[in-house]
Amino acid sequence: MTQSLGDPKAARAHARAMAGTVVESMPVLPPVADDLPDGVPSEDLLWEETIAPGGYAIRRINRGGRIRLIDLHGDACASFQIFNAEMPTERLNVADTLKVQWTAYLGAGKLLLSDMGRVLMSFLEDDAGTHDCICGTSNEELSSAKYGKGEKAGRYFLNGRDRFLLGVGKHGLGRKDVHPCVNLFKGAKVDDDGTIVPELGPFEAGRTVVLRAEMDLMLVVANCPHVMDPRDEWTVTPLRLTAWRGPVTPEDDPIRNDTPEGLRAFLNVEDYYRR
Amino acid sequence: MTEATTLEPQADPHLAGLSGDIVYDETVPARHFWVHKVKKGETLRIVDLEGNQAVDLLIYSDADDAERYSAQDTVAAQGNLFLRQGAILRSNEGRPMMTITDTSVAYHDTIGGACSVESNTLRYGHHTKSQHACVENYLKASLPEARTKRDIVSNINFFMNVPVMEDGSLGIVDGISAAGLTVDLRAEMDVEVMVSNCPQINNPCNGFNPTPVRMIITS
Repeated sequence: MTQSLGDPKAARAHARAMAGTVVESMPVLPPVADDLPDGVPSEDLLWEETIAPGGYAIRRINRGGRIRLIDLHGDACASFQIFNAEMPTERLNVADTLKVQWTAYLGAGKLLLSDMGRVLMSFLEDDAGTHDCICGTSNEELSSAKYGKGEKAGRYFLNGRDRFLLGVGKHGLGRKDVHPCVNLFKGAKVDDDGTIVPELGPFEAGRTVVLRAEMDLMLVVANCPHVMDPRDEWTVTPLRLTAWRGPVTPEDDPIRNDTPEGLRAFLNVEDYYRR
Repeated sequence: MTEATTLEPQADPHLAGLSGDIVYDETVPARHFWVHKVKKGETLRIVDLEGNQAVDLLIYSDADDAERYSAQDTVAAQGNLFLRQGAILRSNEGRPMMTITDTSVAYHDTIGGACSVESNTLRYGHHTKSQHACVENYLKASLPEARTKRDIVSNINFFMNVPVMEDGSLGIVDGISAAGLTVDLRAEMDVEVMVSNCPQINNPCNGFNPTPVRMIITS
């Protein structure tokens, strides 16, 4: 700091001089994206933000909204808390998500289910294929044991649970609302004897997932190292999010009709909104 | 609550291997819930009295019930999906809550979650809506403790078998427990344990026949 900021006007001029600064990880307001899918008008764009390593974002996304996630440099970990916006006691249930779909793994065409027998989001597109409903996220205790508290490095080694706490706090919720999470872009496979085999990359840049909101949702998205990341260095890269409006899932939608269990989850959603 | 009595293991096969004094010994009827505190250092033994009875279980820190069992923290820390002898049951803040000090079953599940009226409608159909379910038990057990639906998270299913196949297929299948098999949980902090003695009748988790379980606490 070389400027003299001894009075409020100088401080104001200094602060205002930052306007227009562009960095890689930031929200763009109003949103601009020059790579929307064909047929999506720019006026339907809702959200354009790149989450920094260790960062998080909170967002309301209404039913029918699409959310595209891009792992810009191949080492992002998108961890989600998902709530029904009008009744946040309804939230993602990872056990039901796996059990109801008879699978340990997520991917294109799969659903994220709530604890009320409804589908919160569906996977419209996925060219990553490595996702994780099993391992959860790191916390202060684990993160500081692994990476240190960061005093010497002069930085904090941010962890997913801490990000979730802040995110749910800003939605007016608290510690009891941080629930088991899903991690996108980082995977976990399970061997015959139960051994968890993390699939953590780093991967090629630009892997993309598109999710569809099937209910009006409150989201918290954190971007911190996966809890089973074996690297000594705290490592994670920026995560780009883009969202746009879209139609509510029609009755002839192939994902809606893919399995009898999934169809009943959609029927339960449609019943919930029949008012 | 029974009076503290000194153990005579030869008298009752369900007490074999336990040490210390019995401070609690009750049977939980089929389909019922159960809530009880276990102090640090005490051991809770669960006896599968008739075999293959899923015991859905959650753990809360007695001092601060926003700290509770976390299936994800537990499996990530041990790098394995199954709960075997020696498994440390961890909280959502990464701390050990209880340890499986002994079990006569090869492994237990913590990925299958609790059955609910709502998930039953997905898994089996809307005709099951009037049937009892673990989340109903959990809610009835939680409300008098000033806990709510927000406090019900991914749980442990003792005596339940949920394998994962090579192609990722996952499901609740025939159990690997049997009459008289047990699991012992030593409390690593003062905890409150909440159990739903699973009433499910649409899958093999209870052998399609819910049965009682026995809860024994030793100091």
